Amino acid sequence: MKTESVLEKVLASGNLAVTSECGPPRGAVPEKIKEKAEMLRGYVDGVNVTDNQTAMVRMSSLAACIFIRQMGLHPILQVVTRDRNRLAMQSDILGAYSHEIDTMLCLSGDHPHFGDHPEAINVHDIDSIQFLQMVKTMRDEGKFQGGADIQNPPKMFIGAAANPFADPFELRVARLAKKAKAGADFIQTQCIYNLDKFEQWMQGVRDRGLHEKVAILAGVTPMKSAGMARYMKNKVPGMDVPDDIVERMAGVPKEKQADEGIQICIETIERLKEVKGVSGFHIMAIEWEQRVPEIVERAGLYPRPEV
Amino acid sequence: MNQFEPVIVAFCCHYCAYTAADMAGSQRLSYPPNVKIVRVPCSGKVDAIHILKAFEKGADGVYVAGCLEGDCHFKNGNTKASRRVAYVKKMLEEIGIDAGRLEMFYMSAGMGERFSQVARDMTQRIRELGPNLTTKAAVEGTHKAVA
Amino acid sequence: MITAERKPLEEIIEFVKPFRRLLLVGCNECVTVCAAGGRKEVGLLASALQLKFMKQGHAIDIKEMTLERQCDPEYVEELAPIIDQADAILSMACGCGVQEMARRYKNLPVFPALNTKFMGASERQGVWAERCQGCGDCLLGLTGGICPIARCSKRLLNGPCGGSTNGKCEISPDVDCVWQLIWDRLKSLGLESRYEDIMPAKNWQTSRGGGPRKIIREDLAE
Repeated sequence: MKTESVLEKVLASGNLAVTSECGPPRGAVPEKIKEKAEMLRGYVDGVNVTDNQTAMVRMSSLAACIFIRQMGLHPILQVVTRDRNRLAMQSDILGAYSHEIDTMLCLSGDHPHFGDHPEAINVHDIDSIQFLQMVKTMRDEGKFQGGADIQNPPKMFIGAAANPFADPFELRVARLAKKAKAGADFIQTQCIYNLDKFEQWMQGVRDRGLHEKVAILAGVTPMKSAGMARYMKNKVPGMDVPDDIVERMAGVPKEKQADEGIQICIETIERLKEVKGVSGFHIMAIEWEQRVPEIVERAGLYPRPEV
Repeated sequence: MNQFEPVIVAFCCHYCAYTAADMAGSQRLSYPPNVKIVRVPCSGKVDAIHILKAFEKGADGVYVAGCLEGDCHFKNGNTKASRRVAYVKKMLEEIGIDAGRLEMFYMSAGMGERFSQVARDMTQRIRELGPNLTTKAAVEGTHKAVA
Repeated sequence: MITAERKPLEEIIEFVKPFRRLLLVGCNECVTVCAAGGRKEVGLLASALQLKFMKQGHAIDIKEMTLERQCDPEYVEELAPIIDQADAILSMACGCGVQEMARRYKNLPVFPALNTKFMGASERQGVWAERCQGCGDCLLGLTGGICPIARCSKRLLNGPCGGSTNGKCEISPDVDCVWQLIWDRLKSLGLESRYEDIMPAKNWQTSRGGGPRKIIREDLAE
């Protein structure tokens, strides 16, 4: 075991892991993050907290994670390279670990163009892969990126994101290999609707034995409506939503669409369970956290194992 | 009462617009004497600086007349002219001169009627816009038609 | 070349309106190539300014000069004989030239007529695109001759990110995903295996991060 992370323990036990996600509030309103996290208690092994998602300013991921840790839950600190240089990132990691936060995700982040401060410069002092290397060095060698020793080095369980649906497709397995080499322990994928494409990616992953080097958590997101399905299909870069999903959502009366979305999500999880190399699920139900317990239960993933 | 008589410079390409002017002449179609024709080998020869200098020297209106689209004797001189006219129109707006004082027209060599119609329309348009007050003459208070 | 675009006329007029005698100076190098500040553009701007000021009821005296370069003191010196004939300098060079004018002609206000943009190359007539950000430690030999620092919206050295779509960047379908370009080039060179080499964190000291930079050639400088 590299760390004390609950997620690591669940994965090591051979059980399918479950994580979910909360977005911090657009203001100094801690109650909002506590409410969302509370809904997930007992249903997940870790709660991702996003970092200025879509380049919109929110309460810092670190602060929100501290609240969640104080509730006795297990937050997963997401950090993007867009907003901080390497000093600030290492500094935040020390702060997080000092608050018993032991699991994190290293990401690049959406471009400021998409958010509420398009005039801001994007930092990208290092990219997500160099970031993985940096955190691994902090943990395994006890050294800062600049070379000096760290007192009580942070033992972080390190995650990264993978998008099997982005272009160029032929690079997506090589990209996972790079992240594994750099130091990723686990991966959360972009939400999956196109199972054939995902299977194709997983075949490439398995061919290189990468599923044994990094634990792959398959991302799923329930659709709330046919409108949402269409939006995700057409307006979100790197998202692959097959036509038949949109048609299925549209084929159901409006008041039943949300339930249909949940149904599709659960069916997706069941199919993904059959895919060799999938070690768990990352359920992203942004602003819909209250349905996560139902998804976890109906997908046969409740109760969570005691570790 | 002195009616304002605009001075309009028309850059006309030799192969089409200028020939159309000739045609108007031989068809005894009249057009206002306000329009001073400058013959160029191709409307694409007209550059932004020529247009601006025309305004500087006292023109109240300027237009560039070239061949119909696709028919330019030099292949695409008329398209280049059209883009330059658009560019200068933007500059005029930025300086505070009505971009309507400048225009691009297309016609074929046989269109004598069109040539005179364009000349009449432009003269009327400029008459309504009033004199170009950016000339030295205007500044000195002696706005006169400058040849 | 260094590319630039003329500032909006409104902004330029604001700069120069207190003055009656202007020296409008162009540059025969980069800004000529990108049609922003060469002899032709100097003529156009002078004409436009004349029209504007005469509209307001007064002519101004504009001297037009285009130097070979504005970033070399020898050329800037050529204006010395006529500098007394101006109350202000309006420079149509890139930021380098504007500053050289200000350095040499201390007693005259100097204004930029251009917004200097980027170091780039011509894609075709009338279109110039960013190619280099002067990071000071060129890695083009590793990326098939295509720069991810200048051309990736996120400066990723181990790209692409998850937003790359159909060879285009997530920020706009008009922006190429440079990592798609790099990958295609590595493939055409038979160097696909290089893709998985991890490029380590960059030392930004050779770039702007290390402070304003200077090159001193011991063999050339006195």
